[in-house]
Amino acid sequence: MAHPATAQARAQEIVEDFALFDDWMGRYEYLIDLGRDLPLIDPQHKTEAYRIHGCQAQVWLHADTDDGLVHYTADSDALITKGLIALLLRVLSGLPADEIRHADLAFLDEIGLREHLSATRKNGLASMVSTMKAHAKAHAAL
Amino acid sequence: MPSSLTRTPILDVDAIRAQFPALHRTVHEGTPLVYLDNAATSQKPQVVLDRLAHYYAQENSNVHRGVHTMSQEATDAYEEAREVIREHLNAASTREVIFTRGTTEGINLVARSFAQPRLRPGDEILITAMEHHANIVPWQLVAEATGARLQVIPVDDRGVLDVDAFERLLTPRVKMLAVVHISNALGTVNPVRHLITQAQGLGIPVLVDGAQSVPHGPVDVQALGADFFCFSAHKALGPTGFGVLYGREALLETMPPWQGGGDMIERVTFERTTYNELPHRFEAGTPHIAGAVATATALQYLQEIGPAAVAAQEQDLLTYATGQLEEIEGVRLVGTAPDKASVLSFVLDGVHPYDVGVLLDHMGVAVRTGHHCTQPLMQRFGLPGTVRASFAFYNTREEADRLAASVRRAASMLT
Repeated sequence: MAHPATAQARAQEIVEDFALFDDWMGRYEYLIDLGRDLPLIDPQHKTEAYRIHGCQAQVWLHADTDDGLVHYTADSDALITKGLIALLLRVLSGLPADEIRHADLAFLDEIGLREHLSATRKNGLASMVSTMKAHAKAHAAL
Repeated sequence: MPSSLTRTPILDVDAIRAQFPALHRTVHEGTPLVYLDNAATSQKPQVVLDRLAHYYAQENSNVHRGVHTMSQEATDAYEEAREVIREHLNAASTREVIFTRGTTEGINLVARSFAQPRLRPGDEILITAMEHHANIVPWQLVAEATGARLQVIPVDDRGVLDVDAFERLLTPRVKMLAVVHISNALGTVNPVRHLITQAQGLGIPVLVDGAQSVPHGPVDVQALGADFFCFSAHKALGPTGFGVLYGREALLETMPPWQGGGDMIERVTFERTTYNELPHRFEAGTPHIAGAVATATALQYLQEIGPAAVAAQEQDLLTYATGQLEEIEGVRLVGTAPDKASVLSFVLDGVHPYDVGVLLDHMGVAVRTGHHCTQPLMQRFGLPGTVRASFAFYNTREEADRLAASVRRAASMLT
């Protein structure tokens, strides 16, 4: 199946995937599986220069552009955070910079995981999203 | 059969729990709350909530200023609170009981007003490896300002303070010892009486961080012999934003004021200001009056239950919960000192504490995860953090069972 072309269509797929689970345990088991399956990040990008500080968990994020599209790889030391990274990459990675900048992440509300993106969680994810958007903004300006 | 069904209760916990509204709420769509984050802050009994409301509804006035009835009543209640707190700590005089915003402010006050003027380049401030950031950073600030240095007493793999190392570090260069009474991250109860005797034998003043000890048992500052002792009300059933610094009067008398403002002065002219007496000299500005009176109510409530009974109940919970957690494959306790308060820090092999905390929260179990504001201690143990369950006297063995069941479930999801 081809990867949909827009952030919105990608997010819609995720919402449909999560609709298969009727309780939080199922949703989190799926999220944890996504975290385990997150492709390994290039070790040279898992360094201080790419680290996003969270009080609770650490996140590493690397961005690359190719023909106007921004590709991200990322990692975390916490598995649930990795699962959420997998969702964010699935929605945003490989899109045009402008679309990433303006993408809305309302799908996280629909699947009941929005709380993880709150800055007060201090798990690095809120900073990761702002860093992704900042990368996209920088690339869009080029 | 869980042994929760077969013991003689120390306290009537059901009756006590009925007095704590927050313990009866639910989280995540109807899951009953198991509150095990008491080392971060305790829940409040109804009498404390009522006292706060009564103050604002009936007594609200500024203290030490008005001649009108309400101001007199507020001042009386405020200074009666000081007497209740004095009695709880067994301080010699209310002149030794200074109201602060919390433990952190108490330590900063002593660092700035007592230690800084006495420190010279090359002097040493001795702390332990298990200090909270609040008992590290204020000393680093005065060390930077004076050229003094921090020295750290190490802990062993159980989280026990290395007393031999302490005695080696106790040289004439040391001008201040600042030590945590009970570790918030490990639960270790430090031998503060011994440390104080040794230090004072060499004329070294001692500050004790009592943030975790006042809520969990009897504290007698005179028997302890500390020069300074501070705690926060909110960990001991009281409101947030209020705390106490106890200081020996002879030392407080030598200290310049830390903050200037109203209430701390005797007479002000543009040329010269003279300062108020103890303890008011260290209490600039309108204080947290409601905080003071409600803290007195909280400590009276603790006295009625009995600090010794509180300690016994919490020891029972600690022993029971330790046994329950030790049975779970992959659980490793962090902090296994023989003398320990009701703090259970642990890690699951190969699992990040944050993941455990998120799943426990969904099961209604409130714990703390992370470094517990003790980053150097976590580095000592080579951990990014731990999961910490901390029990209060209003917790039950059934709640310890729910903790263990939830940890088992989290482990099965994450490993």
